[in-house]
Amino acid sequence: MTGALMLSAAAAPGGSVLFAIFALAACLCAVAVVASQTVVRMAFWLVLSLGSTAALFFLADADFVGAAQLLIYVGGTLVLLVFGVMLTASGPYLKIATSPGETILGAVVALLFLCVVVASVSGVTWPEPVAADAGALQTASGNTLRPLGLAFLGTRPDQDLADGDQLSPGYLLPFEIISIHLLVVLIGAAYLARAKRRAVGT
Amino acid sequence: MSLSAYLLVGAVLFVCGIVCMATKRNGIGVLMGVELVLNGANVNFVAFSKYTQLGLDGQIFSLFVIVLAAAEAAVALAIALNFYNNHLTIDVDRANKLKG
Amino acid sequence: MILAAQSIADFLAGITEVIAPGKGLQYVLAAVIHAVLLVHAFALSPAIFIWLERKVAGRIQDRLGPTRVGGLFGWLQSLADGIKLVQKEDLCPPAADSLLFRSAPYFVCVASFAAFMVLPFSAGWVAVAADCGLFIILAILSLEVFGIIMAGYSSGSKWSLFGGMREAAQMVSYEIPLAICALVPVIAAGSLNLGEIGGMQRGGVHNWFIFHDPFAFIAFFVYFVVATASCKRAPFDLAEAESELVGGFHTEYSGIRWSFFFMGEYASMFAVCGIASILFLGGWNTGIPPLDDALYAARNAGASGQGSAIVGYLANVLGMLVFVSKAALGVFVQIWLRWTLPRLRIDQVMTTCLKYLVPISCFLFLGATVWPLLLATALQRSTWTPEALGVRAAAELRESVPAADVPATASGAVTAVEARQESATEGAVR
Repeated sequence: MTGALMLSAAAAPGGSVLFAIFALAACLCAVAVVASQTVVRMAFWLVLSLGSTAALFFLADADFVGAAQLLIYVGGTLVLLVFGVMLTASGPYLKIATSPGETILGAVVALLFLCVVVASVSGVTWPEPVAADAGALQTASGNTLRPLGLAFLGTRPDQDLADGDQLSPGYLLPFEIISIHLLVVLIGAAYLARAKRRAVGT
Repeated sequence: MSLSAYLLVGAVLFVCGIVCMATKRNGIGVLMGVELVLNGANVNFVAFSKYTQLGLDGQIFSLFVIVLAAAEAAVALAIALNFYNNHLTIDVDRANKLKG
Repeated sequence: MILAAQSIADFLAGITEVIAPGKGLQYVLAAVIHAVLLVHAFALSPAIFIWLERKVAGRIQDRLGPTRVGGLFGWLQSLADGIKLVQKEDLCPPAADSLLFRSAPYFVCVASFAAFMVLPFSAGWVAVAADCGLFIILAILSLEVFGIIMAGYSSGSKWSLFGGMREAAQMVSYEIPLAICALVPVIAAGSLNLGEIGGMQRGGVHNWFIFHDPFAFIAFFVYFVVATASCKRAPFDLAEAESELVGGFHTEYSGIRWSFFFMGEYASMFAVCGIASILFLGGWNTGIPPLDDALYAARNAGASGQGSAIVGYLANVLGMLVFVSKAALGVFVQIWLRWTLPRLRIDQVMTTCLKYLVPISCFLFLGATVWPLLLATALQRSTWTPEALGVRAAAELRESVPAADVPATASGAVTAVEARQESATEGAVR
């Protein structure tokens, strides 16, 4: 039932309206991050932008990735960033002033860069998704949890082993490596950021 | 809701992140730019996962990107805090001790 | 028949296909109806629980609580409070960052409201039946921290800043044991879908996951304590510690903005108690075997059209009442704790979390994963209950996974379910 709901919602006018709302929110909040004058406001707009991106992930039938984005990115990394902002603020709402000339130059460069990226991306004809029964994953329902879990354990139930094109091993080794990596990095970061005596002026 | 719409969103996030990294004087501001860049890449991965033959691999890669971004933000923040403790400023323009 | 529709969307399809055929309007309308229903659940639960808090607090303190508004028990007191708060002056301190100050309550409110999206109130009565529903709830509940930080920082007052920082540290730290303890029954169930987890616990009290293994039993109490802490309720309520911090992060808030924080708090109390009742206490199942079986049969008969649809619908309503009363009982216990126990200091709060609750939850998680191995080697069973969990789990999974969701190539996902079924029936056939 969820599958049919999602598919029809994707085709229905509601789906594209929601996509438009969240895409616009993500882009405008990202621009606001660049344009903000205070770091805390930048963090605020960044939270809204990343939250809208998570909503875009939900709309693209990547439920687990969207929830992971909310939990890890917004609920973890951004909270960490905001704590960092507060620990390094030597004055309330320190303003980051940029001169008007620099602002215009920055905007022009950004627009040119965006045009280059969009032009190069739209010049490619991307391969169409394979039609249903050739072993492609039925992610239309958003039920990616079990396939993702199994892929991380090294099995790929969503792929047809008989089709040589599609063979891709599971992701067990990267999963283990990334677990150890995260552990080591966070222990190192906690050690690096331990409270030390602050230098008395410089 | 086509592929190109998602790619456009990803491109805008990426460009905003690059501009943020290049123009902000606050070290934490630069970190926020890095987060935007990684998110632009994630949007691309998930869009390709849905609209092309990439399938599940796109979502797996975006999960890896999220985890690695969290680790990298932690380390970068630890470095920024150390810098602040030593110099009492987080202004990247003041980090010029190694300048010749 | 109206009530035999599989979902609100199917029911509306009959009407919208006539008005605007082929545009999928029924899904938009169904979403709106779900949203309206959930807004009512989200808004009424604080109103009722605030009244309950004041009455229970009064009784514990040997007084009566509200008795005037609305008759003998003062049950309209929340309405009077709401009217008072709405008509108060809208203050924003001059030293405050006004954009962040004004938008912080909405983060807290939206986060705790959105958690109701994936919370099933009865069998099939859920707004979004997501496969990773529990994970989505944990992710959304973790967004409240940002609202608290914004409120504390942007108020421009030192009490708010201290309260906000302490509160953020507490909520972020307590997310870890919350997630680990919530995973203990998931190990037993094999699914993150809250609807499936609730459905697997039908057939009697012995099937509830709290009695599934000793680790899940302990995990329920640890989860309850951690959920109380993450809702910033006493004895973990330093953020609002009136005796220390004036008001903590909400010192500078007044009127309807202040009440948004408390709507979010009571609604998330109800949400975490609802999650506890689904994960551990059987959700919408009554726990009395003949009654459970009768309700299950009535529900299925109504849904498939063989029996009376109204009786099936009423079976679901009864399930919803059971679920709401279990969650309300959890909230009552939280209120009871608040007015009985003294407040912990911030260092005691952090010590409890990081030095005691995290190792305990890791131990429970490890034990819960090892438990089936122990049962299988020592007792040659898969569960200690008469009916093997795997059989019910497989039935639940088969019901909830429609054919379209299964990957086309006769492949691993289907064989994974079948393999689990086989190993469970092997355990059942002793």
